[in-house]
Amino acid sequence: MRTHIRIWRREWPLYVMLLPALAIIAIFDYTPMVGVTIAFEKYIPTKGILHSPFVGMKNFQFLFAHPDIGRLIYNTVSIAVMKILAGLLIPVAIAILLNELRREWVKRTFQTLVYLPHFMSWVLLGGILIDVLSPTTGVVNQLLAAVGVKPIFFLGDNRWFPYVMVATDTWKEFGFATIVYLAALTGISPHLYEAAEIDGANRWKQTRHVTLPGMMPIIILMLTLKLGQILNAGFDQIFNLYSPIVYESGDIIDTFVYRMGIEQAQYGFATAVGLLKSAVGSVLIAVSYVMAYRFANYRIF
Amino acid sequence: MNYRMSVPRRVFTAGNYVFLLSLSLLCLMPIVHVLAISFSSGAAASAGQVFLWPVDFTGAAYQNVFGKPEYLQAFWVSVQRVVLGTAFSMFLAIVTAYPLSKETASFRYRTFFVWLFVFTMLFSGGLIPWFMTIKTLGLIDTIWALVLPGSVSVFNIILLLNFYRNLPRELEESARMDGAGHFVTLWRIYVPLSLPALATIGLFTIVGHWNSWFDGLLLMNRPEHYPLQTFLQTVIIEMDERFLTARDAELMLKMSDRTSRAAQIFVAAFPILIVYPFLQRFFIKGIVMGSVKE
Repeated sequence: MRTHIRIWRREWPLYVMLLPALAIIAIFDYTPMVGVTIAFEKYIPTKGILHSPFVGMKNFQFLFAHPDIGRLIYNTVSIAVMKILAGLLIPVAIAILLNELRREWVKRTFQTLVYLPHFMSWVLLGGILIDVLSPTTGVVNQLLAAVGVKPIFFLGDNRWFPYVMVATDTWKEFGFATIVYLAALTGISPHLYEAAEIDGANRWKQTRHVTLPGMMPIIILMLTLKLGQILNAGFDQIFNLYSPIVYESGDIIDTFVYRMGIEQAQYGFATAVGLLKSAVGSVLIAVSYVMAYRFANYRIF
Repeated sequence: MNYRMSVPRRVFTAGNYVFLLSLSLLCLMPIVHVLAISFSSGAAASAGQVFLWPVDFTGAAYQNVFGKPEYLQAFWVSVQRVVLGTAFSMFLAIVTAYPLSKETASFRYRTFFVWLFVFTMLFSGGLIPWFMTIKTLGLIDTIWALVLPGSVSVFNIILLLNFYRNLPRELEESARMDGAGHFVTLWRIYVPLSLPALATIGLFTIVGHWNSWFDGLLLMNRPEHYPLQTFLQTVIIEMDERFLTARDAELMLKMSDRTSRAAQIFVAAFPILIVYPFLQRFFIKGIVMGSVKE
């Protein structure tokens, strides 16, 4: 009892400091977690969570019988995987090329220019891309027309849409992603390069046998951490660039939840879809963190 | 490095410069293109004559934008959310990271509380229950709906607590000797020493608030409460030709419309363009310090 009082006397300010943030996450993070019970109800807003009729697994059964479910999962995972791979390979390649430059100011200027899109919202970039890619007035189609290509409706053609999403997302993020790899490159000991040079390795061989192996840990770490994102195909981007014509190739789980839940007010059903996604997503994130810890000794705190 | 380069090496270097230069232009050009359109006459813009330089230079689109009360109102809502939201978020990050940075020996339930925060990154109730919670609280159509829900950034807290942990232990011990409690130690020692880390997460919070649009769309019913990005989302994205019938599209694309869209985009991007080169100095340090630990 005595020790409890002593500990309390020493630690109470720490609890006071935690209190505001604990209140915020209790309200805005943990309350919605309890709110997932909506997924098992035919939720009626006027009746609230407690008094809406309970329907068991009906919302989930409805989901698995839904004609769009296969397409949604395929779109989500394929777009996410393509984004992960492109978002890994391109920044690694660019970090290596950038590292070959000798002039510091050129490197810095290059970086400043290429991560500009990272800091802009998908609303603004969406507005820019809609203009640039327009089949009637867009500058891209004007350039294509100059070399004799017929106008392509990049954002309204199911054959193009998913790839345009991958390309534009990579365009937005590669500059920022390069920073991490460039930092890894500067961490490689110059002695290794000197030794390789004495052994007669040219620049290309040095890249293959010194640079790449030196970057491997961070590449693997980034890849593992991204594994948890396999169900996140990029709501902000797709929501701002898609339209009913391209639902077939571009509708993903998150946009579907939004349309069902917010636009069509099918609260129980939308919550069920969201819950399923959260559940699988959190398992993936947990697995990716455990793997990152095992392979790269990565710890978040 | 003053040795002579071999011929293949020189060819590679030249190619490398050209490649990287074109890549950086690829990132810049769409934005310059939109800027050029915004300063061109409506006729030139809709005839597709504008590339990277304004044609028939005019500021009419900007007069148009700044003359629209809805646009200015949305801009003001954005300024409010940035100021309030950043102040609130920063305060929470500073005071929350402190107890969580302690060892178990000086804060017994530290691990439990850290997991309480980290768990919110792993699992979420999803969009609908989140929306219902905010609605039940009566926050819809108030500025607090844009400020409070995202105010605890676990990512920033972890970044900051790792920074706190790398501060020299002796400073805190000597403060304790002089009779300083936790509050004084945090305010007088931790905060001044963490200014670089605080600048990093502060600037990121500002940019994050400025760019948020989805919460405004979801939580604000009346357009006069929309922050700028949400306002633009409704006027630029949802009014686009893809959603209209052919005849409406014809009307929409009439002359000046394209230039005023471009001007609205550019005005909203302008604060970011001003701030982000300064971010560079901070965030490279910030990212490295968050990921590399002793």
